[in-house]
Amino acid sequence: MNVTIVDYQSGNISSVINSFTEVAKGKVNLEVTSDIKKIKSSDKIVLPGQGSFKSCVDSLNKINGLVDTLKDFAIINKKPLLGICVGLQMFADVGYEEAETKGLGWIAGKVSKIDNQNGKFKLPHIGWNEIEIKKESKIFKDIKNNSHMYFVHSYEFVPEDKSVISAKTNYSSKIVCAVERENLFGTQFHPEKSDKAGLKIIDNFMKL
Amino acid sequence: MLKNRIIPCLDVKNGRVVKGINFVELKDAGDPVEQAKIYSDGGADEICFLDITASNENRETIIDIVRKTAKECFVPLTVGGGVRTIKNITDLLLAGADKVSINTAAVKDVSFVKEAAKKFGSQCIVVAIDAKKVSNNKWEVFTHGGRNKTGIDAVDFARQVEINGAGEILLTSMDKDGTKSGYDIELLKVITDSTNIPVIASGGVGTLDHLYDGLVKGGASAVLAASIFHYGEYKIKEVKKYLNSKNVSVRL
Repeated sequence: MNVTIVDYQSGNISSVINSFTEVAKGKVNLEVTSDIKKIKSSDKIVLPGQGSFKSCVDSLNKINGLVDTLKDFAIINKKPLLGICVGLQMFADVGYEEAETKGLGWIAGKVSKIDNQNGKFKLPHIGWNEIEIKKESKIFKDIKNNSHMYFVHSYEFVPEDKSVISAKTNYSSKIVCAVERENLFGTQFHPEKSDKAGLKIIDNFMKL
Repeated sequence: MLKNRIIPCLDVKNGRVVKGINFVELKDAGDPVEQAKIYSDGGADEICFLDITASNENRETIIDIVRKTAKECFVPLTVGGGVRTIKNITDLLLAGADKVSINTAAVKDVSFVKEAAKKFGSQCIVVAIDAKKVSNNKWEVFTHGGRNKTGIDAVDFARQVEINGAGEILLTSMDKDGTKSGYDIELLKVITDSTNIPVIASGGVGTLDHLYDGLVKGGASAVLAASIFHYGEYKIKEVKKYLNSKNVSVRL
């Protein structure tokens, strides 16, 4: 089993590497790379993302052939891919952070700023919040409903097809915090920073 | 519902914890990695390291500690103390820190906050503000552990760092720090009311009620404490049970 964390020079992915390394110990061969050949030959891909939607999309586009390779992997060949935080947000058609930016367009929808009800709620949404599991999900195996996960974001993914939503969290409104469509998985929260429950999600993904 | 965070802070000097936890099970009371692991296993919502090493030559030490801790603790890790340059931030994040806390460098030039937030994202930029009361309802920003006056109004400065992209404010009352008499609630309230980013309360915790006051009366999103945890007076779990019994939502 080869799992690749895509390192596209955007933001800090050390924590993602540390957590996946911990779970992978002795079982899974973990690569951290942007090498197209290695990505193509891996069994699973993790797409992290920190910073703004625009800066992440720009960084992906900077690496020649990466976007097409990811699309072949996840959409054409339907191999498992997990997007984390902005990694998930980029599945959308469009994002509005910094400037209107085209996303990967894998799941129809947009990424817009969380409505904080005129300052009633602080942004970013930082800290531990419960997830309400909305449908059976392979990566939520043995994860209890209302488990706490660690969040840090100001924008939310709003998919058009609500059936892709696998979990929501309650802040100023109900925010989509996980999506799943066949082989495509995404979490708005950070499983790599969510203690034991987070590591379990990573383990579930590795075992798919 | 978003939970109120409990953040234990470890003061680290030349690679050793200054005020350690007094637990019998500890092999080495001065080892920051081991202590961070105890906190994380005990239910800490985040871990904070404050590097109080005087000299600049020892930066490698804290980076090495962060590297080791990040491999064992899977909750957010914030590191502060001596963060002055983009390279300092890069080094800490690469070592596995999730957030860095900027203090003096932000006071000297607030555009450093902007530069850092643009480069790394607001989510990992915390600005630490040390404030001291100078007159009724007026607080001033101090640096160097409360020794240096800056003439900058704390409320104005808090607004400035928010505009410049800070993701959180770590607010310490220099009047209260070390006194164990509770947070400066007035200061906390005025800063939480004047900004739209989360504020972490720090400085002065001596009892569990102080933590309650910081969250409920002061409006903080998180409470940071050092000594009540260090000496094993309270365990994180006890703190959370207490707050929960008073209807403050925490991650149990």
